[in-house]
Amino acid sequence: MKPAPLDILAPTSVAHALSLLVEHGDQARLIAGGQSLMPILAMRLAAPAILIDLNGIGALRGIHAQADGSVIIGALSRHRDLERSDLVAERLPLIAAAMPWVAHVQIRNRGTIGGSLAHADPAAELPALCLALGATLELHSPRGARHVAAADFFQGVFATERADDEMITAVHLPAASPGQRWAFIELARRHGDFALCGIALTADCSPIGQVLGARIVVFGVSDCAQRLPQLEAAIVGTTPTPTSIDQAMPALDQVEARSDHHASSEYRLELLATLARRALRQAFGFDERIAP
Amino acid sequence: MNAPDRTGLGNAFEATASGTLTGAPIERVEDERFLTGAGCFTDDVRFEGMVHAAILRSSHAHARIRGIDCSAARALPGVLLVATAAEIGHAHKPIPIRLAPLPGLDRFLQPTIAADEVRYVGEPVAIVVATSRYIAEDALDLIETDYEELPAVTGIEQSIAGAALVHASVGTNVATQYPVGRGDAEQAFASAPYTRRERFRCHRHTGAPMETRGLVAEWNGSLMRVWGATKVPFFNRGLLASMFDLPETAVDMIETDIGGGFGIRGEFYPEDFLVPWASMQLGRPVKWIEDRREHLMAANHARETECELEIAMDHDGTIRGLRGRAMADLGAYVRTGGGVAISRLAQYLPGPYRITDFACEVMAVITNKTPVGTFRGPGRYEANFFRERLLDLACADLGLDPVAVREKNLIAKHEMPWPIGRLVPTEGEGAYDVGDFHSGLHKALAAIGYERLPRGGTRIDGWLHGVGVACFVESSGGGKSENARIIARTDGSFDIYSGVSTMGQGHETVFAQIAGDELGVPLDAFRVHHGSTAHVDYGWGTFHSRAIVVGGSAVKLAAAQLREQLDALAATGHVGAPAEDIEVKLRYDTRGPTYSYGTHVAHVAVDPETARVKVLAYVALEDVGRVMNPLLAHGQAVGGAVQGIGATFLDELRYDEAGQLLSGSYADYLMATSTEVPAVQAVLLEESPSPSNPLGAKGAGEGGIVATGGALANAVGDALAGYRLPLTTLPLSLDNLARALRQARAAGNAPQAGH
Ligand SMILES: Cc1cc2nc3c(=O)[nH]c(=O)nc-3n(C[C@H](O)[C@H](O)[C@H](O)COP(=O)(O)OP(=O)(O)OC[C@H]3O[C@@H](n4cnc5c(N)ncnc54)[C@H](O)[C@@H]3O)c2cc1C
Repeated sequence: MKPAPLDILAPTSVAHALSLLVEHGDQARLIAGGQSLMPILAMRLAAPAILIDLNGIGALRGIHAQADGSVIIGALSRHRDLERSDLVAERLPLIAAAMPWVAHVQIRNRGTIGGSLAHADPAAELPALCLALGATLELHSPRGARHVAAADFFQGVFATERADDEMITAVHLPAASPGQRWAFIELARRHGDFALCGIALTADCSPIGQVLGARIVVFGVSDCAQRLPQLEAAIVGTTPTPTSIDQAMPALDQVEARSDHHASSEYRLELLATLARRALRQAFGFDERIAP
Repeated sequence: MNAPDRTGLGNAFEATASGTLTGAPIERVEDERFLTGAGCFTDDVRFEGMVHAAILRSSHAHARIRGIDCSAARALPGVLLVATAAEIGHAHKPIPIRLAPLPGLDRFLQPTIAADEVRYVGEPVAIVVATSRYIAEDALDLIETDYEELPAVTGIEQSIAGAALVHASVGTNVATQYPVGRGDAEQAFASAPYTRRERFRCHRHTGAPMETRGLVAEWNGSLMRVWGATKVPFFNRGLLASMFDLPETAVDMIETDIGGGFGIRGEFYPEDFLVPWASMQLGRPVKWIEDRREHLMAANHARETECELEIAMDHDGTIRGLRGRAMADLGAYVRTGGGVAISRLAQYLPGPYRITDFACEVMAVITNKTPVGTFRGPGRYEANFFRERLLDLACADLGLDPVAVREKNLIAKHEMPWPIGRLVPTEGEGAYDVGDFHSGLHKALAAIGYERLPRGGTRIDGWLHGVGVACFVESSGGGKSENARIIARTDGSFDIYSGVSTMGQGHETVFAQIAGDELGVPLDAFRVHHGSTAHVDYGWGTFHSRAIVVGGSAVKLAAAQLREQLDALAATGHVGAPAEDIEVKLRYDTRGPTYSYGTHVAHVAVDPETARVKVLAYVALEDVGRVMNPLLAHGQAVGGAVQGIGATFLDELRYDEAGQLLSGSYADYLMATSTEVPAVQAVLLEESPSPSNPLGAKGAGEGGIVATGGALANAVGDALAGYRLPLTTLPLSLDNLARALRQARAAGNAPQAGH
């Protein structure tokens, strides 16, 4: 379990990193926290000749409050930064609640939001959170910058809309509506393992509690995090009660569930139904939130 | 009844009332070294000029080797040696069986390197030595192997059917098959008013010590020294010497600090030949440290068994008889542990109960998977789960209380010694010597507060509560002798040398406690040396929880002899330390095994919608005869229970149908961590000291794991009583439990839905 020979380059600006990426083409890989890439290298599942280390690029750091209530998170922000940020706790309570479920403290100290989104593990939390929060990813290449909605970014197992010469520089999270409801729930074999099934959701509500819009996202079940539009439609327009939530459940979307040696697709689908119902009950205050 | 001992320390404190060292909760003298990073583990051993080995392993479960091209690997700068069976030539000398050589097993021994055929994923095919491990692994990538795939055998039934053979030349996959029993089971079943038969399965998992295997070997032209030896260094020395046609004195095995053994570390594996061989070729010290991926595919697996078990009972719960068929998957070869696990499994199927009529057909088969060995409580964990689960299923059928049925059938104290017959073909008749099994059951129930616990599916906040009980008895203290040597130094200190090995249990502390009491000197007067072949003439090693029972007894007797000599010296008027070193050497022979016994009780809560199980409380009670050091014995019991809780829910080595290992990393092979296990309460009793040794001690290293599968499966079964789940298959993973619940719902066995 030793990586194949490689060189490490350490640019200090985004522009420099991008030029190195173009120069070395498919010989090179970006490395951020290394928490997904290092095991891949150690097992020699990949053998890039060059690693472009992003850790020295100060411009990729920081969690920034915007005047319109939105938040911009630099790609190099560690999971632990999100977990401990007052700004995130205030404006993005869904992210604050979800971060303790991501791996273990040691890994959260290193792992980055950019790395997690680029890696696109089907069971990772951050892609699901971005979908539930309507996030936009900022991508840069020598060709310029572009913004891609999270909804368009994730395309399959470890597959994204990112082009080979692009890097993620930041994630834009829009301001939440007043009184936005949210819930996060997941089940893994052990605490800190990748989820077998998880739900992240937000719901915008009128002052009297009627649901005006909802983003209900499942992760861990299919090839990538995905919204559940039919369940969303069954909730929108209602003023949820435990009974109305139960009544909405038959609308639960048909999801193509994965099967592996940790969980069969049948089990994942059972979890989806149970966790979606529990997440809705939590979001609307009928169940207590579950501590990690 | 006395108040329950919730700490597990109370009884031992009583034993130390006289103020002696033995029995006192003394912190390990080893701890300072371990906790400050001053230990010397195998990877800490470094020599000038040392080079590094890596092993090319088969990527196929079963294939013919058509050719291996090493030329590119040999040409890589930094590579010093690339060798396959063609160069090694010793492939014809397979690794022999050390224990339980059941009839037939020796047809399936493992060569030190695959020559014509590979039979499991992970089997060594070539060894590379280079100036760094990185370069050695680069070279592995350059070796070109040409395999012709052969059909893989991956299951017990498939193996027995024999359509594909793992070893074509042997002509069968069945490695051994024999009947054992006592009394007349057929008669007992013929007249029994109630019988129940189930097919059980225990999953493949392993010990997975924190420190993987590792070796440093150095050949200086006349002496082979091997660092990283443990468990049975003397046996392994003899074996390595014979493979090189050297006298035993030309080989030294040296024990470093060891980060856990659990039975799998320290047996003689192919690498134990390959690495010294490479050092001999190169005349340089060679280091090989097993990485975790290798460890999971190359070190011994364990436990994979199936058992058809049938119980006969009266309607009042009196057991009339037990019979069945026990089958083990040994993997591709029979390794040094021979038939230990399967033969002990059959031996301990009847357990601590008054079962006079018992019959079992035992069978062990070969498959294209990693070979198995012994893992903490070999055979006992499996047998305990099969029997204890069957008992609870029978109780449910008959509407009987599982505790009352156990009370009714446990062998009573006044019935000891209780003959168990000849249940292992390589051994004679046996008997449980002493024990108060009922007391163990009652004290375990009291310790967990059984009467007050919610159980039987009681629903609290959506969680269904259940309690499970499992009773066990197990043997320990095998390996017939042990050597000890103690030297009284002129500066007043003492050196103790023992033939046992130590993998972190704390023997350095306990041996000093034992000798300190005999000699009347404090702990810090002692230095304890263990595990290396240079220390004593011969040592039997550490397995079967024997180190204290046998090794400790040897130390005690040697210290007593030394005391006599020192007393004689004092009688001449001599004051203080002796003017010259005084040495005592002694060999202690055991009078037979010791029998530890006890009861485990688990309290769990299950979420029937997600199949999640929370273990809320766990009591592991064991009578270990005499507790030498309650801190350490307690640690062994808690550690065993934690390992068993993890094994029962999480640890699983899975293969696909082609024989590819699916759990080859810690992302897939899940070990319990502090978030998965409750605070385990270990209760150690000293009610029945062993009559077999001068310490009165019984093995204390394995009882903590033995009854975990049984107690937990019964607890989950009790929590889900409304679903009437058989729960005959381990692990109780989320997926397996969810499937069982799904099947129960489909069969209409679910209680009224609701939440
Ligand atoms: C034991 C363990 C448990 C884990 N459990 C979880 C879990 O429960 N949930 C979870 O979500 N994750 C989990 N992880 C993964 C962890 O969160 C990783 O940190 C994360 O997936 C990747 O982030 P990283 O910064 O470490 O990325 P790296 O490992 O450095 O890189 C990952 C990939 O992203 C690319 N990349 C990195 N940064 C950028 C960028 N700015 N732009 C474009 N591409 C980039 C790299 O080239 C590489 O392909 C676990 C990891 C471990 C080791």
